[in-house]
Formats: sequence, C-alpha cells, structure tokens
Amino acid sequence: MEETVTYTIDQVKSKIASAFPTEVKFEDKVRPRRLFMSANKDALLKLCTMLKDELGFDHCSCVSGVDRCDRFQSVYHICSCSSNITLEIVVDLPHDNPEVDSVTPLWGGANWHEREAFDMFGIIYKGHPRLERLLLPADYTFFPMRKDCETGRK
Amino acid sequence: MDLSAYPHAVAMSAKEFVDWSTNVMDDIARSSGAKRTLDKVAGPLFNWGMRNAIYPLHFGIACCALEMAAASGPRFDTERYGMVFRSSPRQCDVLLVNGWVTNKLRPALRRLYEEMPDPKWVVAMGECAISGGPWYDSYNVVQGVDTFIPVDIYIPGCPPRPEAMIDGFLRLHQKIKVSKLGGFMDD
Repeated sequence: MEETVTYTIDQVKSKIASAFPTEVKFEDKVRPRRLFMSANKDALLKLCTMLKDELGFDHCSCVSGVDRCDRFQSVYHICSCSSNITLEIVVDLPHDNPEVDSVTPLWGGANWHEREAFDMFGIIYKGHPRLERLLLPADYTFFPMRKDCETGRK
Repeated sequence: MDLSAYPHAVAMSAKEFVDWSTNVMDDIARSSGAKRTLDKVAGPLFNWGMRNAIYPLHFGIACCALEMAAASGPRFDTERYGMVFRSSPRQCDVLLVNGWVTNKLRPALRRLYEEMPDPKWVVAMGECAISGGPWYDSYNVVQGVDTFIPVDIYIPGCPPRPEAMIDGFLRLHQKIKVSKLGGFMDD
C-alpha cells in the first residue's frame, strides 16, 4: 500500500468490524487518536496481518502482559505513522495454557517485547524466532510477575 | 655464607634458581637486619604512595555511578586524592561497587574482583550495594555485595553525595595506613 493513504478512526473501526464481526469487540472508551478493542486469541494473527498489509499499521510500539489471576492478557499497542492512530488490542489467554501467536514475523520490534512478556509472565508466543529469557538469568524456573509467584528468599 | 643449606646450588632448573636466589636474598635481608632498616625507612614512603594513588575501577552500575562521575568532575576533583578511574581491572586497586547487583551481574563482578592484582580493596557505595536497599527481598537482586566479595568500606546513602564518597575513600586511606602495607619483600 502507499505511504500516503491515511484512514480516520471510524474508517479503521468499520473495516475491522466488517472483517472480524465476532472475533473483535470494541470498547466504549473514546480518546483522541486511540482505538480500544479486545480480540479472540485465534484471530489475532489474521487481525494483525490485515492491520499491517491493508490499513498501514507499520509500528508495534509495545507488547505487554497482565495477570488477572483467572486469566492472562497480552496487550498490543500498534501504531500507524501515516494515519496517526494507535490501537490497543487486548487478548485474553487461559491461565493454565497461555499461548498466543507471535506477531514478530510482522513487526520485528515485537521481538524483545514478547520475550520480556515470556520472561515475566510465561506467556508462550508461538512462532517467535527465539523465545528465551531476556532479562533474567537463563536458569530461572519461575515467572516473577505472576500473582501466584512467591518471590524473595527470606 | 653456608651453601650446605642449599644442596642444589650447583645444578638446578631456571625456576629452582629463581626460588633459590630469592630465598638467599630473603635470608640475607632478614638475618642481617637490612629488611628491618629498609621497612623503617621506606615502608611509610611506600605506604604513603600506595594510599595516595588508589585507582578505582571505572565500573558504573546504577545511579551512584552519577555521584562517582560528579566526584571525579572539576568541582570535587577526586584526583586530588590520587583517585584516577581506570577502565581495566588489571590497573586497579579498588573495586567501587556503586549500585544494585543482579544475579545476572554477580559472576561478572566476582570475575572483575578476581582479575584485580593484590593489594586490593572493595568499597560498597550506596544502599543497594550494602544490603539490597530498595530491592530488599527481591527475586533478582543480590542482598549485599558482602555476600560474595569481602568489603572494606561501606558508604551509606541513596545515593551518597560526592562528599560522602570522598570521606569513605579517606577512611580507606586510614585503613591502609594502619595496615602497615608497603613493607620490603612482604608479598
């Protein structure tokens, strides 16, 4: 697609809603140049491919993890530099099997963000080129940012 | 001199010769009282030179490293006290630990300590290096440098100001002074 094509928030919203009628739910929060949504984890990679190839979202600025005790969440912030829009995509993952498709093949910048989320929360990003410990020593056996993790030695 | 005390004096390898000649000189120096005289005269001089040229390792870990940088700047100018920050552990006398030590950094810091030549001292600067500080009971921060390296001087503060750091190094001066280091053939 051309660099010069720009979309408004309503255009992006309607395109996503027509392509993923059931998988993506939009939230009511309204902020300037922001769009909030939650997505089904199986549809995430298709959604992101569409965002990158058709709507010109060229920058994945952050991937982070959240532990909600009954489930994990993987939160993606994806920007379009030409349209000046940031999307926040929240993906719910089951607590006993937190697996989701990696978006690193689409945006190389997601590489270390996903490794950090794996490091801290143990979220498995399928298709990641090198899912290893990033910040902690490689021999650690626990994920410290999980709510049920007992840290400390005293 | 009684050569019977050194039975291999006639035929020996190079290493044996070095050991033998060192022992001979040592014996002469000790038995004749020359060592005592030399220590009396030159010992304080060597000790003075040692404590006025303590080179800390230029190894910044955390925010205390900014105070270290400020202390070496023109306002506080630690070079007045002979503290020249060197970048190689082979050229250093003092390991200045200025920040938290994570479990990932710990083996590297231990290795830096092992690479420094004797005599060497360790200064723990700031709460993190002393006891873990704000990272008390953390899953990834070593609870005090003294758990794996012998520490000589603790400089409390979070971070300590350059005056406190200079004061700590002057206390290290006192420690070196009373330790009587700098004697002749004492290594």
